Amino acid sequence: MEKNTSCFFSNSSPNLVITCFVAFITIILVRFLYVIYRTGKPLNKRTPQQTLSTLIVLGSGGHTAEMINLLLVLQKDRFTPRFYIAAATDNMSLQKARMFENSLADSGVKGISAEFMQIYRSREVGQSYVTSVWTTLVATAHALWLMIKIRPQVVLCNGPGTCIPLCVIAFIFKVVGIRWSSIFYVESIARVKRLSLSGLLLYKLQIADQFFVQWPQLQRKYPRAHYVGCLM
Amino acid sequence: MGEARDGVKVKRVVFVTVGTTCFDALVKVADCQEVKDELYRRGYTDLLIQMGRGSYLPAKSTGDDGSLAVDYFTFSLSIADHLRSASLVISHAGSGSIFETLQLGKPLIVVVNEDLMDNHQSELAEELAERKHLYCSRPLTLHQTIASMDLNSLVPYTPGDATPVAKLINRFLGFPEES
Repeated sequence: MEKNTSCFFSNSSPNLVITCFVAFITIILVRFLYVIYRTGKPLNKRTPQQTLSTLIVLGSGGHTAEMINLLLVLQKDRFTPRFYIAAATDNMSLQKARMFENSLADSGVKGISAEFMQIYRSREVGQSYVTSVWTTLVATAHALWLMIKIRPQVVLCNGPGTCIPLCVIAFIFKVVGIRWSSIFYVESIARVKRLSLSGLLLYKLQIADQFFVQWPQLQRKYPRAHYVGCLM
Repeated sequence: MGEARDGVKVKRVVFVTVGTTCFDALVKVADCQEVKDELYRRGYTDLLIQMGRGSYLPAKSTGDDGSLAVDYFTFSLSIADHLRSASLVISHAGSGSIFETLQLGKPLIVVVNEDLMDNHQSELAEELAERKHLYCSRPLTLHQTIASMDLNSLVPYTPGDATPVAKLINRFLGFPEES
């Protein structure tokens, strides 16, 4: 009997570990498939008074201008608190976002809640793709840190590479149950015939819940995208 | 265009902008004699160059000697005022500069930066040029574009609207439709 008991103990620990591991992997896989299934499906109806914490990804060049153009027509009392993230080397974007939020306060909008953060860049314009691997890992770790703090319910992005780690982490948060979010991607107005790299990744990986394009040529090429005309 | 009553010339400013980029090729060609002569010939009096992160410095000029007055600066937080007071805008192909200019109804020549890798910017400039909202040019052909352009043939750009996107986002999130 004792021999059987000792055999049981010496065999059960690795068995237990393996069983737990397999169970864990199965749960993650099921969650993953569930998230894929639910991505792109509209959420249940809600009351107009409900608020959704919103992450807004800004980018150099026209990206921030386009994003602010979109924010002008979104209800500020619904999409709040707002968290703006821009790359660390992008000096103007957060300034423009602050000016936008200030203008809201000046025009009498009450209860404004906005935070402004910088994130390490995955890749600088012109940086070699080899060194980009390391900088992308650093950027991803930083993105994880910021996302754990913010845990947004809505993610708005329109093209800069900074949005990729953030969107991937948002997706992972959905899988592991940390926070369910709706990810909206608006491809830049500058993209007429070809998607940007960020757009292509989010489209192919089906991470974005809704993918918007501003020119009909892109809608023909990428049928799952919504053609919404020029926003600017 | 031409002389006002007191013999003081009406200012017609050409505003050149490279946005937040470095685009020495455009700054250089805008400052070259050929282009300046062509602009002067077409009735412009002042050339103001926003040169961004470039390293080429244009030669300032008061224009007293019967030529274009030339001035430049690197950045400003908003170029809206410069755009508003311009009679012609020559811009890099950045979407921000392009649409800010078109929304103000200013005539626009977009110059595509051929040194940029993966030049997606040219797609937008070419599409808008096809729709006759602006002229599209390259640094080396800028003076020809200026010489041959007919600004009256440009079609005004109707500003876009972000409300369709907002509606779709709200609908997706389950918010009720607004009236």
